Amino acid sequence: MLRLPPFRYLAPRTLSEATRLLAEEGPAAMPVAGGTDLLPNMKRRQFTPAALVGLRRLHELKGISGSPEVGVRIGAGETLTSVSTHPLIRTHYPALALAAAAVSTPQLRNAGTIGGNILLDTRCNYYNQTEFWRHSIGYCMKRDGSICLVAPGSPRCWAISSADTVPVLVVLQARVRLVSVRGEREIPIQELFRDDGMRPYTRETDEILSEIWLPPAPGWRSTYLKLRRRGSFDFPILGVAAALRREQDGRIGDVRIALGAVASHPVEAEEAMAHLRGQQPTPALLQEVAALAAKRARPLDNADLTITYRKQLTPVYVRRALDLLLGAEQGSGAK
Amino acid sequence: MRELITLRVNGERYEVAVLPHRTLLEVLREDLGLIGTKHGCELGECGACTVLLDGVPVLSCLTLPLEVQGAEITTIEGLEERGRLHPLQEAFAELGAAQCGYCTPGMLLSAAALLRQNPRPTREEIKQALAGNLCRCTGYTKIYEAIEAAARRLSAVHEDERQPDAALQP
Repeated sequence: MLRLPPFRYLAPRTLSEATRLLAEEGPAAMPVAGGTDLLPNMKRRQFTPAALVGLRRLHELKGISGSPEVGVRIGAGETLTSVSTHPLIRTHYPALALAAAAVSTPQLRNAGTIGGNILLDTRCNYYNQTEFWRHSIGYCMKRDGSICLVAPGSPRCWAISSADTVPVLVVLQARVRLVSVRGEREIPIQELFRDDGMRPYTRETDEILSEIWLPPAPGWRSTYLKLRRRGSFDFPILGVAAALRREQDGRIGDVRIALGAVASHPVEAEEAMAHLRGQQPTPALLQEVAALAAKRARPLDNADLTITYRKQLTPVYVRRALDLLLGAEQGSGAK
Repeated sequence: MRELITLRVNGERYEVAVLPHRTLLEVLREDLGLIGTKHGCELGECGACTVLLDGVPVLSCLTLPLEVQGAEITTIEGLEERGRLHPLQEAFAELGAAQCGYCTPGMLLSAAALLRQNPRPTREEIKQALAGNLCRCTGYTKIYEAIEAAARRLSAVHEDERQPDAALQP
């Protein structure tokens, strides 16, 4: 049986009490919200925190409010179920509703939070295994070992950013607020990520992700497509988030494309976006854009299905996402 | 250090002394003797340990008892009413929706939560509601059929309740 390792549980009542506890306990403490990523990782001994600081009761992390004209604030402690079913999100930021609804299973989404999904630990076939399994293979550098088992000659860890909501929040140009006893900072969500499978976040250990802010979205359409083996449970092995705005004459006013699960961080397809911006979309042009975006994906053999398949599907999914946004239906068609 | 907590399970209050790292699944099965909740993958990948928390399906293997004090927890033992099986349980038994039976408690609780919210779900809505419960025996078809049968029976019962006078007529 996979039991949790022992820890002390701390139950702050306010956000400021939570930040104080995290600061006092130091890096050996970890915050827990829904627990749907943290607790399995603890059972596998990927994390062995001395203390958990429970965020569940903090009302400061709750609530979804705003409007498409002024922007929307989402408390980081809102569950993925409430994000995916909220009328404001479904209507005006459909890609985020689709991505939140594509995470794992109903049970996980009822407990797991948007903040927890953003800060999901990076994943790898050689890392997301039990302690017994990892011991047998000699451990990897992300936990208890010194080399990368997927690329043994590599000086770095290639664990994959696997959060469905992350590429979407990148294309929506979301901002996130981090709170600690040292103060608060609000940053563009891209600045939360690092190209490092071992330390994928710029969040300091005493900081709590408290809220996500979505800018106004007049005229924008957005969608999210997810590749995985099964229609449920599975993490993405490719996520394509796209958002665009058209001019009166049909040209592409602006476009943003980001890929998930192709690197240790969400990847923006800058070249592809520049190629499409200001243009009249034609099938040939969209094919070029999809190919350019797919150049940014360099999958390694550390996730489900084969590298070749994941690579081949990347331009197909980018093209499908763009077609969806240029067609009549807004934001539909997620798998 | 153990902490004395109160859990509300199937309408009853239980006082338990728990270690913080014990999961709700462990406490239900090992401390309260409620072994109907099944112990599957322990990692959130199968749904066998599904319970309802204030009517909402969650995984007891990924729930800390310390965090659910004050919530109403429903396990499979709490689905029957006054000694009568829930219509879902009856339909599962009649239509062969349980084979080895290991996934069945979780399936029933996910289905019960669905029918409470949506008394006449479509086949697609049933599939979505059960997307977090793995079954390796049935191929799901019998399960979907049993839920549809239970939904029909439940809504027939509700219609009777709305017209008590009519029901009394010979």
